[in-house]
Amino acid sequence: MNTEEKSSWTRYGRQMAIPEFGREGQEKLSRGSALVVGAGGLGSPLLYYLAAAGLGRLGIVDGDRVEASNLHRQILYQSADVGRLKAEVAAERLRALNPELEVDAYPFHLNSRNALDILAPYEVVADGSDNFPTRYLVNDACLLSGKPDVYGAVFRFEGQLSVFNGLDATGRRGPNYRDLHPEPPAAGTVPNCAEAGVLGVLPGIIGSMQAAEVIKLITGIGTPLIGRLFLLDASDFRSHSIRLPRRQGTSVSRLIDYERWCGIRGIPSKPPAEARQWAAAADAQWLDGRQPSERAETSLASAHIPLGELTTRVSELDPDRPLLVFCRSGQRSAAAVQQLLDEHDFREVYNLEGGLLAWKRAGFPLQESAC
Amino acid sequence: MKLQITAFGIAKDILGTARLQIELPEAATVAHLKEALERQFPQLAELKSLAVAVNQEYAPENQPLASSDEIVLIPPVSGG
Repeated sequence: MNTEEKSSWTRYGRQMAIPEFGREGQEKLSRGSALVVGAGGLGSPLLYYLAAAGLGRLGIVDGDRVEASNLHRQILYQSADVGRLKAEVAAERLRALNPELEVDAYPFHLNSRNALDILAPYEVVADGSDNFPTRYLVNDACLLSGKPDVYGAVFRFEGQLSVFNGLDATGRRGPNYRDLHPEPPAAGTVPNCAEAGVLGVLPGIIGSMQAAEVIKLITGIGTPLIGRLFLLDASDFRSHSIRLPRRQGTSVSRLIDYERWCGIRGIPSKPPAEARQWAAAADAQWLDGRQPSERAETSLASAHIPLGELTTRVSELDPDRPLLVFCRSGQRSAAAVQQLLDEHDFREVYNLEGGLLAWKRAGFPLQESAC
Repeated sequence: MKLQITAFGIAKDILGTARLQIELPEAATVAHLKEALERQFPQLAELKSLAVAVNQEYAPENQPLASSDEIVLIPPVSGG
């Protein structure tokens, strides 16, 4: 045994002692890689066990920050981490646990534009996300890149687990999320953890099972949960292992706008003529979100808050009064509309579609609105 | 025939119970079961892709049911 082998044995000896695992299994793990989408309740044990087991490279995608309400189940984080980016804290903890590990932190959300690039370097993907658009995105990105999607989801005392798009014994790709649920549920009909609640230990159980599946896929040991959906109700410990066939016609040719597809985030917007009519009828406030330097040219009479300052200056607006937001082309203001609706509970907000450029093209005067 | 149904996730809330008995004509299929449930519990229809497993196997809509079948309703779950 050389020095490297000795230190490997010291650290991983208890799993290398498993006859099917051995030195070969450990070597496969150390050369293996996985991307974990969502470093929350499922992602915490998943990442922790994969790092501890000696996986060579781990990617962490999560754009959220740690909140106090996460701490009962997201065991990667401690009270002092509240407010910090999860991906960064997680990377720190995992490096401290296992310095041999290569960790890539992606402290932003996976989306249709970045998903394929982010997935590319990893052998296996694990889905620990907490919303339907991301689950369909991860599934479809795995289909397009030919990677297995180790899926887990939790609800109160229940959990689900499967390996989607895995290579089965005959060398064919197994069923995927779209074979189980071809269509997403209508927006708002299935509550998430925040709305429905979840027992803290449930993602601990399911996330650990996901880690086991990742290890099995990478080492080739055992039979991964391909073509089967495992259901657990921990309240009475009833479980089912459902056989899942491939359907016809679930192939995917490109990534789409998953939020729109799931009926979420259709950003409310109105083209100039409609916006003009609506704003007058609703007695709406107008908000110019451009930078001061952009305003020199022209503007509509309106409140003016550069959108970068929106979070700190939002109190200058009345959340109960209808609001029309605009910028030069309507892109930045679209994001602001989403932010006002999601984070600041504005009652009725619209984006001026196409922004001031479209307004001017439509031939409307620049001095008519009132703030 | 009488069918025994086990519900998971939000389907448990909508049915108001984890285990439900429902009466259907002989030779009813999975589609008939879904229609009957959706008539009684209209919110189920909004789940769109409610999966049904019969005897531990994902069941297509045209699958006939028998009173001895073990039927499980699997709604979408997103939590993580």
